[in-house]
Amino acid sequence: MGKTLAEKIWAEHVVRSAEGEPDLLYIDLHLIHEVTSPQAFDGLRLAGRTVRRPDLTIATEDHNVPTLDILKPIADPVSKLQVDTLRKNCAEFGVRLHSLGDVDQGVVHVVGPQLGVTQPGMTIVCGDSHTSTHGAFGAIAFGIGTSEVEHVLATQTLSSRRPKTMAINVNGTLKPGVTAKDIILAIIAKIGTGGGQGYIVEYRGEAIRNLSMEGRMTICNMSIEAGARAGLIAPDEKTFEYIKGKPHAPEDFDAAVAYWKTLFTDSDAKFDAEVEIDGSSLEPFVTWGTNPGQGLPLSAKVPSPSDFTNEVDQVAAKNALEYMGLTAGTPLKEIKIDTVFLGSCTNGRIEDLRAAAAIVEGKKIASSLRMLVVPGSERVRQQAMAEGLDKVFIDAGAEWRNAGCSMCLGMNPDQLAVGERSASTSNRNFEGRQGKGGRTHLVSPQVAAATALRGTLSSPADL
Amino acid sequence: MEKFISHTGTGVPLRRSNVDTDQIIPAVYLKRVTRSGFEDGLFSAWRNDPDFVLNQEAFKGGTVLVAGPDFGTGSSREHAVWALQNYGFKAVISSRFADIFRGNSLKGGLLTVIISQEEVEKLWATIESEPSTAITVDLDSRTVSYGSTTLAFELDDYTRWRLMEGLDDIGLTLAQEASIDAFEATRAPYKPQTLPIRS
Repeated sequence: MGKTLAEKIWAEHVVRSAEGEPDLLYIDLHLIHEVTSPQAFDGLRLAGRTVRRPDLTIATEDHNVPTLDILKPIADPVSKLQVDTLRKNCAEFGVRLHSLGDVDQGVVHVVGPQLGVTQPGMTIVCGDSHTSTHGAFGAIAFGIGTSEVEHVLATQTLSSRRPKTMAINVNGTLKPGVTAKDIILAIIAKIGTGGGQGYIVEYRGEAIRNLSMEGRMTICNMSIEAGARAGLIAPDEKTFEYIKGKPHAPEDFDAAVAYWKTLFTDSDAKFDAEVEIDGSSLEPFVTWGTNPGQGLPLSAKVPSPSDFTNEVDQVAAKNALEYMGLTAGTPLKEIKIDTVFLGSCTNGRIEDLRAAAAIVEGKKIASSLRMLVVPGSERVRQQAMAEGLDKVFIDAGAEWRNAGCSMCLGMNPDQLAVGERSASTSNRNFEGRQGKGGRTHLVSPQVAAATALRGTLSSPADL
Repeated sequence: MEKFISHTGTGVPLRRSNVDTDQIIPAVYLKRVTRSGFEDGLFSAWRNDPDFVLNQEAFKGGTVLVAGPDFGTGSSREHAVWALQNYGFKAVISSRFADIFRGNSLKGGLLTVIISQEEVEKLWATIESEPSTAITVDLDSRTVSYGSTTLAFELDDYTRWRLMEGLDDIGLTLAQEASIDAFEATRAPYKPQTLPIRS
């Protein structure tokens, strides 16, 4: 019997396997940021260990950093200490670091692909659950905790059991205005936040093949929101074209492509689970609740707890409506928004900024709200400025910021106030995620832009 | 790591599903560079509510958290495990855990125990009516017991052995260094490196 893509990549990275023990898996690339690494470096120091492969490791500052006045010292002393600690650790252990002000500083999952260090067939880890983003290139990429960060620093391996495999087939052609974000939100609503637990998901089908690399990254990014540790997409010509010319693209590109072309699921391979989604029936999707599975088409109404069949979901819906300050039966399009956030590792790439800019160009955002535009990396910011997108956003009344994770998780000053409601292109609508008491609706960049213009949750078709 | 063989303590019922890591510890509390002191951020959004279970006198001192399904979804932050441990929890019982959280907990010596939702409901009912009920989580026999109830739970032999011996994963892996060296020697030359820096 043939193998799935995930099984092939996994097998190629097994350093050692023994009956009853987890596999020892070789890690091709380890991405580091300031929040989940200090205790790991400390552990190395205490044990007198070194970083085994600094040349397979790269760090950037993203979670904590301000998006305004980036060249001044960081105002929050605790954030400053964490960033300073990363700088000190990278210098001491010889790890490459892209700091604030550097063109390759930015959200770690935007930086890897833009440097070309994210390539097909790799194993990639980072102390961040959205590491699954890199799966868009046909890699096994997943988030790890700080103990595992230390383990990878010391050994360049991880002790891990291979997850099962799941195929999510998205067939058909998307309707105009429907994006990668809508696909993944619809998938999570269908299978639930635990639906992918224990699996590596392979996204397949016509609607996936037709997506750009940016769109594929958006899909793989949110695999974790469906409970899957990793999600991947078989590489194809689009993947090769994207990598070509990037700083760390293979010097022997043909040899690499010859290998990359072997990276697909064999026709006789069997997945442990399969899910079918009809791509042609999808619509712009938004979340109404406090977990990413609580989503509906934008044309729907806020549900009632009694719409759910089991008690756990009913209680969750009741709690969510209360936290979100919503009444069952309200059309989603009537929900008033205070802040629009465009950015994050989910939707902070150049294509996302272009899509939103095309919608707000020459128009003004609603006077009742603010819009933050936070490019995923400094390189994305510079590219956008070269295309004049910064002016489009500023002229429309939006704030044009520097790169970082920003309001996606509110570790820096970019936060929602208590009761403030956002339409956010990020990945999590958890209680308090974007600021204590803040209320989040997850949306695509296109819906974010249309919402900014109208002041209520809207799609471009509503303009 | 401290050995985990068996623990007996009282329970804390957390009747919520999908308790994500932002709820266990919000991002603003993740700025420390140490592994300790995270207890102040544990369930921070709910801690001001006098009715919240951790604020109820009856459940003070509980060391076994009994949570709804899909506990620990979201971020990979191990700080969620540290916050629970720093607060005093030794074990968490739920019908379903998110993968990364579970991995982190078992690496760090916080025992996560899976029992059916039906059994979680019974345990909730018991500890709510009798908060002083002693709950024993025993790794040797892989059972949870309270009152006259004993429930078996699954945990693979390797993880159980590592927890019971209190072994450091890195030390175990470094014993395999020769295998890592041999593997590295076979890696394809076109695989990317981050150094030297290319632009």
